[in-house]
Amino acid sequence: MPLAALDLRHPQSMAYLLAGLLFVFALGGLASQESARRGNLYGVIGMALALIATLLDPSVGSFGVILGAVALGGVVGAVLAKRVEMTSMPELTAALHSFVGLAAVLVGLSSYLRPGKEMSHAEGIVHAIEITLDVAIGALTFTGSVIAWGKLQGRISGKALLLPGRHALNLGLLAVIIGGGAAVAMAGHGGAALGLSGFGWLLVIVGVASVLGVHLVMAIGGADMPVVVSLLNSYSGWTAAAAGFMLGNDLLIVTGALVGSSGAILSIIMCRAMNRSILNVVFGGFGATPAAAGTAEVLGTQTEIQVDELAEACAEAKEVIIVPGYGMAVAQAQRVVDDFARALQGRGARVRFAIHPVAGRLPGHMNVLLAEAGVPYDVVLEMDEINEDFPETDLVLVIGANDIVNPSAQTDPSSPIAGMPVLEAWKARMTVVLKRGKGAGYAGVENPLFFLDNTRMYYGDAKKSMERLVLTLKAAEAA
Amino acid sequence: MAEHSEATAGLLIGVPRERATGERRVAASPDSVKRLITKLGFRVQIEAGAGVEAGFTDAAYAAVGAQIVDLEAIWGQSDLVLKVNPPLLDPATGVDELAGARRGLTLVCPVQPAQNKALVERMAALGLTVLALDCVPRITRAQKSDVLSSMANIAGYRAVIEAAHRFGGFFGPQMTAAGKSPPAKVLVIGAGVAGLAAIGAARSLGAVVRAFDVRPSVREQINSMGAEFLTVELEESGEGAGGYAKTMSPEFIAAEMALFRAQAKEVDVVITTALIPGQPAPELWTEDMVQSMKPGSVVVDLAAAQGGNCKLTVPGAVTEVHGVHLIGYTDLTSRLPTISSRFFANNIVNLLEDMGGSTKWRINLDDEVVRGCIVLHEGALLWPAPRPPAPPTPAVAPPAKAPTSAPVHAHPPTSPSRWGPVAALVLGAVALGLSFVAPAGFVQQLTVFTLSCVVGWQVIWSVNHALHTPLMSVTNAISGIIIVGGVLQAGAEPTSLAGVLGAVAVLIASVNIAGGFLVTSRMLQMFRKRS
Repeated sequence: MPLAALDLRHPQSMAYLLAGLLFVFALGGLASQESARRGNLYGVIGMALALIATLLDPSVGSFGVILGAVALGGVVGAVLAKRVEMTSMPELTAALHSFVGLAAVLVGLSSYLRPGKEMSHAEGIVHAIEITLDVAIGALTFTGSVIAWGKLQGRISGKALLLPGRHALNLGLLAVIIGGGAAVAMAGHGGAALGLSGFGWLLVIVGVASVLGVHLVMAIGGADMPVVVSLLNSYSGWTAAAAGFMLGNDLLIVTGALVGSSGAILSIIMCRAMNRSILNVVFGGFGATPAAAGTAEVLGTQTEIQVDELAEACAEAKEVIIVPGYGMAVAQAQRVVDDFARALQGRGARVRFAIHPVAGRLPGHMNVLLAEAGVPYDVVLEMDEINEDFPETDLVLVIGANDIVNPSAQTDPSSPIAGMPVLEAWKARMTVVLKRGKGAGYAGVENPLFFLDNTRMYYGDAKKSMERLVLTLKAAEAA
Repeated sequence: MAEHSEATAGLLIGVPRERATGERRVAASPDSVKRLITKLGFRVQIEAGAGVEAGFTDAAYAAVGAQIVDLEAIWGQSDLVLKVNPPLLDPATGVDELAGARRGLTLVCPVQPAQNKALVERMAALGLTVLALDCVPRITRAQKSDVLSSMANIAGYRAVIEAAHRFGGFFGPQMTAAGKSPPAKVLVIGAGVAGLAAIGAARSLGAVVRAFDVRPSVREQINSMGAEFLTVELEESGEGAGGYAKTMSPEFIAAEMALFRAQAKEVDVVITTALIPGQPAPELWTEDMVQSMKPGSVVVDLAAAQGGNCKLTVPGAVTEVHGVHLIGYTDLTSRLPTISSRFFANNIVNLLEDMGGSTKWRINLDDEVVRGCIVLHEGALLWPAPRPPAPPTPAVAPPAKAPTSAPVHAHPPTSPSRWGPVAALVLGAVALGLSFVAPAGFVQQLTVFTLSCVVGWQVIWSVNHALHTPLMSVTNAISGIIIVGGVLQAGAEPTSLAGVLGAVAVLIASVNIAGGFLVTSRMLQMFRKRS
């Protein structure tokens, strides 16, 4: 029986269902390190299945163009994936979000030009709304992610840009998008409304949503990047789901909903870890204001420690907790931190790592960096798992982290970070803070931890400082 | 006080022999005298025989440059007199240690001004300047001058030694051919300096130690010394000004007593160290508790001199009540006279050094330490100093509520948000509303969408936090599923604008798919368990 004679619609739907299930298992596999690799494989199989099922669609011809595009894109993606430094994962993630947004816009515009089937009047209106949603969210995701990428790369200032009347501006842009959507619906397929073709209105929507995306992300400060990246992750899912509605494709809807939920949950987790509401992060422009609020004076002096003294303290410590922050990633210090941990373990100490949910610029970023450096994941613990252990700890080494170990989150109700769950490093017998200089953290809040009697400051670049420390430790051992 | 006249020769310090009954300590050691003379520029005279009981001979003092003199010279010629005890003053027997004191001299010793009003009046009448060593404020900078802490440390240690001496068994566990013995159980009440020292000493003898304190902030210190922290399950902090304890509410005391009654049946040794500044010691170990203790058990009451935490103890003596040894020694530090004298003398030298030594000697009332401990300045009463503020440091601030509970956040970051089900229901309701007007296909899609959101919501909450970055990259990859849209658009009309847009979408989505899956795989390879 020739292939063309088969009715492939139902097998295609079932293949899509299978692909959707495989995606669910791919995400579910990430519940533990043991099952995660298998999960990733499920994802790959699901994707291959979906692609094959789509290529077998009777409407699809010109395989050459499609396979050429897939091959070219695949090579680019593979090179990116192979070359990226783990410290740059936030940038890669933001870039990939922007691609999803861009692809959705292109598919949306294409779908307007070629709806693919005859539609009733009501269906036409619904389709117009779906296209509007798809291109608007897609464009917003695209430009928002580009800006986020720029901020993470340091090409755009990490400071929040706070225009006067920014809420009114956002609402205005949103109103234009809704109006544009109405115009597209009125114009119908191939028609015009209010002096502009339907396609012209779609381009207006793309333009306005792009501006909205730029503005929304520009208004968010550097410390909130984990939330922004999570949010854009969520948007990239919703835009795929909108494309699914537009094309009447259930697999796109399912996958988009999965990704959208995933990003939303990550955003919620990040916001809770900073004790902030999602609206406050998205619209508050928090990142730039607290300098005024955070000037509460801290009395006392910061006591500096030299490498010899620190090495002695390390040599004596039996229980050690290392608290890494973004500073460790910036200085690329994760490998030497691993060396340090191994050196202490060699002396019989128990060394563990405490990870705050918002440490770094991406959810779970510190875990990946430590894993890359060779730190076994079972000594890398969540805040909730390890916070009770600080009182029994001899030495806490805070590497390039600040706000996540700030005791004023618990003690000072007027602090901008009041109520934020923090790692209780100050409860240890001795806390050593590695820091480039005497500056406040990203939130601009003074940290009383640095002024406590049992806190020592070890200034300098995290990588060089740790290298010196490891050398001193090894020299002392050899002597 | 002669601030300039003696500048060339150095101020003269006098140290008398202590005359209080049973006192074996002395306010200067040969080491401290050496520091006073060579480092701080003082001249020092010691009463003959002052250090004998502490193990310091006159010759040892003389060897480091002190003059050995008689009592008359000490009180008659010295600019400063250093003592271990307040000067004895008892009008009834006519004892007056200050009888020969030169007008205007400076006296450095413990005073207990609240309890010794008559003595303070007598010293004021003599125009003395008095620095009360027991009033040195409890701040970090003054720790090196704090005799209460250094003496409490010694007393706590000695309390354990005395208890071990009276106790009829081992402190540490033993298992021998002749039989085995379990470790002694020691309860320490009050984890101040003395309490912590007692915990340390009892632990190093091998006993099982429990400690009680009304201040939750000392839990860590207790645990760090290797004892179990006992507490009362009531939310009330006993943290008073300056790190001391304060009086507790009746409910708290009732709960505390119930705890002690339960402990009394179990423990072999009780060491009580509870003191509230300026008040008689609180009664914590009642007669019925003593009665319920095993025969041969020991109670050491470090507060005996202040009325006792156990009313049955006799200050300065060991008695046996209901078969229990009650130790009420008030001279525990004197029972280790050498180390007590050395520490005490060092505390004084540190204080005098902070006040400028001989050459820059100055009573600076703006200095927190001086202001805290000065009682009389040239006869004028300056005591008490303004109260120190409540403990401000975050190190002690977070109050521990229940024995094991960590601070609880309203939303633990790992629990699912309650908004998920709400959003799903709203979405369902919207779908229901739209179903009256919208095309059939759309309604079916909305069904799929809503169910998928719910599935996603359930699955993602169980993702391990450590894998959030791989989660993002794998969602990057699967959101490349938009490629399906691109393929459908490009596959039909590759040459039209719609087709070209679709092809570009395919290209971009392919980057996502390949990049996302490969980088996820790369990351997941890195996660390794401890080998």
